[in-house]
Amino acid sequence: MLKIAKERLNELYAKINETMGLFMPIKKAGEVNYHVWGEGKEVSLETLKTVKSPKNMFFPQTENMMKFKTEGKNIEIVDVREKLAAAAEDKPFVMFGVKACDYKAIEVLDKVFLAEPVDTYYQIRRNAATIVTLACSKPEESCFCSVFGIDATAPQGDVTTWLDENYLYWQANTEKGENLTKLVETLFEKGGEAEVETQKANTQAILEKLPFANLDLSRFKPENLNELFDDTRWEEMSEACLGCGTCTFVCPTCQCFDIRDFKTNEGVIRYRCWDSCMYSDFTLMAHGNSHTTQMQRFRQRFMHKLVYYPSQNDGLYSCVGCGRCVNKCPQRLNIVKVIKTLGGNKND
Amino acid sequence: MIEENLIPKIGVITDVRRDTPDVKTFRVVGTDGKKLFKHMPGQCAMVSVPGVGECMFSITSSPTNEEYMEFSIKKCGCVTEVIHSLEVGQQITVRGPYGKNFRVEEDFKGQDLLFIAGGIGLAPLRSVINYVRHYRSNYGKVVIVYGARSKDDLVDIEEIQNEWMNEPNTEVYLTIDRPQEGWDGHVGFVPAYVKELGLNPNMTAVLCGPPIMIKFTLAGLLEIGFDKSRVFTTLELRMKCGIGKCGRCNVGDKFVCKDGPVFRMTELDELPDEY
Amino acid sequence: MKDVELKMLERAKQLLESGEVARVIGWKKGEFYFDPAPASFETVEELGDFVYNGFCGANLSKYLIQASKKEGKTAIFLKPCDSYSFNQLVKEHRIVRENIHVIAIECQGKLDIEKIKAQGISAVTEVEEEGESVTVSSLYGETKLNKAEILLGKCASCKGKTHQVKDEEIILHEMPAPINNRFDEVAKLEAMTEDERFAFWREQLQKCIRCNACRNVCPACSCVKCVFDNPASGIEAKANDDKFEEQLFHIIRAFHVAGRCTDCGECSRVCPQNIPLHLLNRKFIKDIDGLYGEFQAGETDNGKTPLTSYTESDVEPNNALGGEAK
Repeated sequence: MLKIAKERLNELYAKINETMGLFMPIKKAGEVNYHVWGEGKEVSLETLKTVKSPKNMFFPQTENMMKFKTEGKNIEIVDVREKLAAAAEDKPFVMFGVKACDYKAIEVLDKVFLAEPVDTYYQIRRNAATIVTLACSKPEESCFCSVFGIDATAPQGDVTTWLDENYLYWQANTEKGENLTKLVETLFEKGGEAEVETQKANTQAILEKLPFANLDLSRFKPENLNELFDDTRWEEMSEACLGCGTCTFVCPTCQCFDIRDFKTNEGVIRYRCWDSCMYSDFTLMAHGNSHTTQMQRFRQRFMHKLVYYPSQNDGLYSCVGCGRCVNKCPQRLNIVKVIKTLGGNKND
Repeated sequence: MIEENLIPKIGVITDVRRDTPDVKTFRVVGTDGKKLFKHMPGQCAMVSVPGVGECMFSITSSPTNEEYMEFSIKKCGCVTEVIHSLEVGQQITVRGPYGKNFRVEEDFKGQDLLFIAGGIGLAPLRSVINYVRHYRSNYGKVVIVYGARSKDDLVDIEEIQNEWMNEPNTEVYLTIDRPQEGWDGHVGFVPAYVKELGLNPNMTAVLCGPPIMIKFTLAGLLEIGFDKSRVFTTLELRMKCGIGKCGRCNVGDKFVCKDGPVFRMTELDELPDEY
Repeated sequence: MKDVELKMLERAKQLLESGEVARVIGWKKGEFYFDPAPASFETVEELGDFVYNGFCGANLSKYLIQASKKEGKTAIFLKPCDSYSFNQLVKEHRIVRENIHVIAIECQGKLDIEKIKAQGISAVTEVEEEGESVTVSSLYGETKLNKAEILLGKCASCKGKTHQVKDEEIILHEMPAPINNRFDEVAKLEAMTEDERFAFWREQLQKCIRCNACRNVCPACSCVKCVFDNPASGIEAKANDDKFEEQLFHIIRAFHVAGRCTDCGECSRVCPQNIPLHLLNRKFIKDIDGLYGEFQAGETDNGKTPLTSYTESDVEPNNALGGEAK
């Protein structure tokens, strides 16, 4: 294990930034999100939950997919991925300070976007990224990652780091991580095992006391799919839902998107953008809609996270307990309320 | 070279045929004059007019046609309205094939087959019917029941009358919803007609049409003794990516674009009723 | 506040038991003290979860668009500021007044959990309100805060404690006088240079994630189909592009609700990125006040409004804003 004094972190960032892109939690206009690092930026590693999750780095909220040039009856397709791939190869990037829940969320997304047939847009960015995770030391009431088997004190990733009052501790886990370590090694000194163990134990003690630590997921299994779907309580659970997309857009695992065309002076741009199953036009077709009520849309979102996705992915839930929806739903609806209503608490 | 996946190919419209007042069939080849890609009956493709939008359509021509592909498209929304205005020579974009096909080699071989279609629902069935006709000796008796609102709404009527009706060991029954001048055939809804025909319940059946038709026809078939596990249909939901990622055609643990659009009725029983 | 909650609960029970109303719209308990959610109660049993406390900031009036069209009467608890939205919705024929029983309730200002957390308090488990002081317990300790520091933005510049509509009221204590400072922030923006102001909004609006929470919560945004959801409009609702879309989205929305916005502050309360969206609306309100005389949307549920009526004394565009408006 390596360590670097907290006050020298800027040197570390600058060193990485010499050859690679560096994205990390940075405060801008009062809110912390993943932004490109630069000298003078207000880094906020301690922020547990950036408003937008780091999924934005691989799956941008809006991205151009291709261009069409039309002339008379003819069409020419311009594949923008060549450029994207060249840029990624030219300047790979580091995502610094990713929390355990958000890292797990990237694994959830990988299973969607990297499954055959591969989503090459996602893949290009994903391959270019080295992920440096940061262990949590001060989890908050809306955190429930442990319910999904995630250890907030020892996140995975290419490099795992821990931060205490004095040092940042650094441990490479993968080849990408080793390569990054080589790049910055001279800034580090050896040691920190004991401090990290102490921090882990302290954080564990808090994690166990968190109010949502005992959510019971045992009912959310493929065999209960129809029973859960038909539960009469979806109506009351969803009644206050505004049908906005806040929960889906702040969610680190929500991956639904729309593909649309935009006419410009230089031709047509086909882009994709985040979409939300909470929106009334999500499933709208010219001759009908399979989800006509907000209850159906609400149910779709939570059934997908807790039952449909796990059915397709060996039981892996597509919720990581980050708690963003708990904090951000305008009307205070969230997945915890759904889990408690349908699944309950282990101690109850 | 990066895998293509979401990047379409360019297709050229080489023929436009008006089937009904609101259905046109478009013949499409690649810019090299050859067929764009291989497919199997029941599979779909994303067709788009850049700047307007992209939609999923069933490939109505048979895989055995090695020269071109055909799409029978009903005018019912923004994109289809523009597609209907396209002329021969116009380029469009096409990507695919998407989805699971009818298991013509595994489940259908050696079987007597019943095809029931309503309106534009004939489009995916035409592909499989013509495939079966091409390999006629591999299959048993073929019964086709096809209904539409009026005689003018019967898609591909020329092919049906000139070719399908003359096919050996093949029966074709047509019906329209209401009596009409110049029509001396059967009048009535498909589900009722199917019950009247005295069909052999040992056939493997394929249904395609409006949801209400499927619902009542299926009930009718089960009443006569058909085996639900040998009844197939195709689903249609909003799709954008075609490769099981954009999320909107999700029903239960399935994506219609990837795991469908062809489903066995018993598979549908296991899915939540939301399609 | 506990006594107000009890009184409300008692009244809700009576109304449901007697069959006078088919449902009561209020708030139900969440997982914590600070996360009650809007709810519709149809039986006395359901009222077991009923709650009214300092975190019931949500404006319930928009739920009446659907509820007032249901079978049977709907009772609703409205805080003073929510009553303006109610009137505006009645005026716009969005809700059926005869089907609603309005219970005007006391409000001592609502609290913002995010402001509590911004004080560095994490893992909040319990909040206790006692007059002007609020005690917050967390896994890391206990903190006493002053209520004024943690009021919701909209309550920190409360526009009045008088209900504009009521069929009955539950008001047990005197409510604090309105804080007349709601145009202070607008004035600050007006005092900026054009470039500074542009930079301010650019930075704020760049945070927008286009979740539509502001629109969907807004009682003035009651269109059955929003222009931003219409694929034929040419404005793609979901594309988040800082060059064009997000800047226009909020400004167009502010135009659409101008003269109808009651300044209920829900847009800013729900924004996940804490963009001060209400300032756009307040700028319109301030300008309308200046150009047409003081006007408060939602003060009544009928009558003419400055932007939907014409008088010969209406300001000429060329003279508006010191002749700068073109």
